[in-house]
Amino acid sequence: MSAYVTKSPWVVHYDGSSCNGCDIEVLACLTPMYDVERFGIINCGNPKHADVFLVTGSVNEQNKGIVKQIYEQMPEPKVVVAIGICACSGGIFKDCYNVLGGVDQVIPVDAYVPGCAARPEAIIDAVVKGLGVLQAKREAMLNKVEKVEEVEEVVEDAVEEPAEEVAEEVKSEGGEE
Amino acid sequence: MIVKTVVSIIAYLVLAPLLGGLLAGLERKLSAKMQRRVGPPVLQPFYDVFKLFEKEKMAPTRFQDFYVLVFVVFVIASGVIFFAGGDLLLVIFTLTIATAFLVVAAYSSNSPYAETGAERELLAMMAYEPMVLLTAIGFYMYHGSFNVRDILGSDSMCFLPMIGIFIGWIFILTLKFRKSPFDLSMSHHAHQELVRGLTTEFVGRTMGLIELSHWYENVFLLGFVFLFFANGTAWGWVLGIVVAIVAYFVEVFIDNTFARMKWQFAFKSSWIIAVVLGMVNVFVLYLCF
Amino acid sequence: MGTILFLIFFPMVIAFILLVAKADKARDVIVIASSAIIAAMSIVVAIQYARGGAEYFSFNGEVVNYIMMVVEAGLCIYIIITAARHKKWLAAIFAIIQTPLIMWFEFTKGHGIEVESNMYIDRLSIIMLLIIGIIGTLICVYALGYMKDFQHHEPKDAKDRRPWFFFVMFLFLGAMSGLVTSNNMIWLYFFWEITSLCSFWLIGFTKTEEATNNAFRALIMNLLGGVGFAVGIVILGIVFQTVELSTMLLVGSVYGDLVAIPAAFFAFAGITKAAQMPFNSWLLGAMVAPTPTSALLHSSTMVKAGVFLVIKLAPVLGMSNFAGIMVMMVGGITFLFASCAAISQVNAKRVLAYSTIANLGLIVACGGVGSAGAVWAGIMLIIFHAITKSLLFLCVGTAEHHIGSRMIEDMDGLFNKMPKLAMCMIIGIAGMFIAPFGMLISKWACMVSFVDSGNILLIGCICFGSAVTAFYWLKWMGKLTAVVAGEESIETNVHKTESYVHLILVVLVILVCLIFPLISSYMLVPYLEVVFGGLSGGIMSSGNMTIMVIMIAVIVLLAAMFFGKSKKEKVPIYLAGANTGDNRTYYGSMQQEVEFTLRNWHMEKYFGEHKMNVVGDVLCTAMLIIGIGYMVATLVSLLGGVA
Repeated sequence: MSAYVTKSPWVVHYDGSSCNGCDIEVLACLTPMYDVERFGIINCGNPKHADVFLVTGSVNEQNKGIVKQIYEQMPEPKVVVAIGICACSGGIFKDCYNVLGGVDQVIPVDAYVPGCAARPEAIIDAVVKGLGVLQAKREAMLNKVEKVEEVEEVVEDAVEEPAEEVAEEVKSEGGEE
Repeated sequence: MIVKTVVSIIAYLVLAPLLGGLLAGLERKLSAKMQRRVGPPVLQPFYDVFKLFEKEKMAPTRFQDFYVLVFVVFVIASGVIFFAGGDLLLVIFTLTIATAFLVVAAYSSNSPYAETGAERELLAMMAYEPMVLLTAIGFYMYHGSFNVRDILGSDSMCFLPMIGIFIGWIFILTLKFRKSPFDLSMSHHAHQELVRGLTTEFVGRTMGLIELSHWYENVFLLGFVFLFFANGTAWGWVLGIVVAIVAYFVEVFIDNTFARMKWQFAFKSSWIIAVVLGMVNVFVLYLCF
Repeated sequence: MGTILFLIFFPMVIAFILLVAKADKARDVIVIASSAIIAAMSIVVAIQYARGGAEYFSFNGEVVNYIMMVVEAGLCIYIIITAARHKKWLAAIFAIIQTPLIMWFEFTKGHGIEVESNMYIDRLSIIMLLIIGIIGTLICVYALGYMKDFQHHEPKDAKDRRPWFFFVMFLFLGAMSGLVTSNNMIWLYFFWEITSLCSFWLIGFTKTEEATNNAFRALIMNLLGGVGFAVGIVILGIVFQTVELSTMLLVGSVYGDLVAIPAAFFAFAGITKAAQMPFNSWLLGAMVAPTPTSALLHSSTMVKAGVFLVIKLAPVLGMSNFAGIMVMMVGGITFLFASCAAISQVNAKRVLAYSTIANLGLIVACGGVGSAGAVWAGIMLIIFHAITKSLLFLCVGTAEHHIGSRMIEDMDGLFNKMPKLAMCMIIGIAGMFIAPFGMLISKWACMVSFVDSGNILLIGCICFGSAVTAFYWLKWMGKLTAVVAGEESIETNVHKTESYVHLILVVLVILVCLIFPLISSYMLVPYLEVVFGGLSGGIMSSGNMTIMVIMIAVIVLLAAMFFGKSKKEKVPIYLAGANTGDNRTYYGSMQQEVEFTLRNWHMEKYFGEHKMNVVGDVLCTAMLIIGIGYMVATLVSLLGGVA
């Protein structure tokens, strides 16, 4: 039986240091054109109610604490989706003196959406992929798997395309769509 | 008599969340249609609540749970008293305690978002309370009793003589349902400045309980609408139920067509409505009955 | 009989002993012991007379009358001299009017009037005696610890005036006991004047300029009420040839319109004493006094004397005459506007004061409506209000000495700093307005009886007033319940006497809420049956009472089982991801740590104190002028007709 969390993934959206290109695309998903509410997805704007954490833009010294805190304030099971190449790897800002790199430098990321800006279809696809992770995490919660590595293992099994591979792919592509 | 009461209490306890959840689902579907979207499945609110129950347990203070528990118990209790045919004033006061505890639960976190939401909820309470009391008094003036049982047993319909109070009631339902233009304290949509207002600090199961109690609450608030039409006959029942459901969707319609107003407007307009429609109607009832 | 006299004279004797006992230890022992005796005695009186209903005692003695007259004359001279010294001529004028008036009356007409019974006791008096004997003495016990702190805060070389303070407190209790058991209006008037003077002394206790001014304001307003009282007695004596309360009520049940004339004057006196608009400013001014004074004035004495008299007059006022309409409108308007004014207040004691004025307004309105149901509600309000309000005042007093402020906004984190005190306060606030706690029960009964009376304006007053009430209490309660991180408990050095008194009052609040159906059926209903000759409904059904009691039991049970026992993981609050971790500061711009503060709404623009007072004063003054004017006109035409 699939967990209810897969039927009602509420999202919280945080703009790290994005140029707003990806943010506009995230919001585009909520418009009648794409209507993610079809899948029960709601942008709730509050980490304490959210299941999916959408991050756009790279992580830097200023916002790394905030990203971390928002992540920590989300109750399990939860999923992080890095949206846009900056969030995936740092993108063109990768080598800036103040940029740490992708979101995965601070918190574990479950799905990566490459692109500059990421397309709404791709964002929706990533969130839906994240649902698999949510399902796995929920099962892990039920089975009381406490060790972190074990959870990660289960999670990796659940995702068809392991997250790291996507990231590698993205990095090799150099941020182009 | 007792059997009938027990049956209606059990029916309320079981059916109210189903009906409330279903209404919420239809509401979201309708809103989606108004915005030319497909919208979520009708059962979506149930998925949401079940999901909330699946989440990890967290709270900012260990006292929050107690307050929320009392809130839930008393919201359900007020509905039980209503559907058991009890006293309307008792129903209103029980609901007031419930809301008071919800507000206190939000305050207890000492979070700026939750507290501001709580203050606005208090403001909303102050705005709608006079009209709520006047509605109960109107029923008493017409039917000579505060008991729901007696009002249902009466053979005359009070809708027309109480039309002012009826409009006033529909007006404050917007505040009670926390719909635009009066979704001050918390909004179901992510378009407000207060994060999630009152409910910001409620996580997982706690939030699920609050959603559930709102369904209970919504159903018996619509029960008030039904009371305006009850006249002891079958068609009165049908008319009452139809109008109650229509009233709900009118609220949805208003929700979708209005931007949020300032609290000043919410407060002033509801008091003016309470004086102009409520008090005047009560006065007319006093002269005529 | 002896027990009642004991309740009047024992506190007075103790008062004089306290005046000479200067040592702290001795005072502690005397106050605690005598308080226990008074409380025990009031319970004995309750048991002794509760069964019998109303009993009248002749207790005749010309000597008593002469002693009273001498004392009254003495008081009058004292007032005139004090007033002259402070150049408060109005006080002197009122004193010069009323005392000679009463003297003249007693020497000329009063002699001819046969007084059958000077004293009486019925179930209402018993309730009042219990309130005075238990709540009043608890406040005195509390004052022991409070006044030690108070003296400690005074300058080093300040004179220790505590013997005087306790003298007045106990004198007050004795006078109140006399007031609620006097059937002879002249005696009642005597005790009435003593309470006015006691409150004058207590309010002016600190001897600052503000205190003296406020004390005189209280005295002037109460003396004005006293003038009304004296005129009422003269009319009663001349027109009806009696000075007995019971006879007046008996005649009133037949000739309602006529007896309404003296009743209107007595009710006027009650309205001044109960600090109704436009006389509410004296009670607010009384806030300068040490907190036990406020607690005593608000809960068990002084203002309760005012509403007691109005409730006593209810059968006459309820005969749909103009006096009744005047009283109910003054009460209703005061309730609405005082409640509104409470919203804008930041000072906890002023919020409490406005809430007292509002609740007294409700009781006065109940007396004005005068139906059995309204009186039921009124008496219930007196009981619940006495207990919860004394609890709240005493809590604020303790908080003031420990956090150094009586402002509500400074009570941030009181839940952590002084958990026990905060709990007591929360219970007190809950008792003031949340169903199923006491006050709401009575408010409900008020509403029903107001609706039955058919006075639309009064219905409006209560509907809007109770909405406002919930607002100002809840915002305060929210402030108290907020769990502010990083606050340590500082509750270690609270005086034992203070915390015991808090505890006893909390137990009383909950107890009275649980047994109020019993109070209703054993005390109020029999009383109302005697007074109104049977009940015509209007009283809450027993089913509803049971539901209320079940509700409070549920809350207590849930609290015992779950309060603070959640096992959830404790997480920091949401501060947009910038919480520094201590739940009180966030990272602002340039990574600076910024502390946030949370403040309540006071809505000065809508509910400004001045605005509310002006509107309320104008409306109430108009009602009083119309009411009293109508009564005087009736009297004149009546006397003209006779002549």
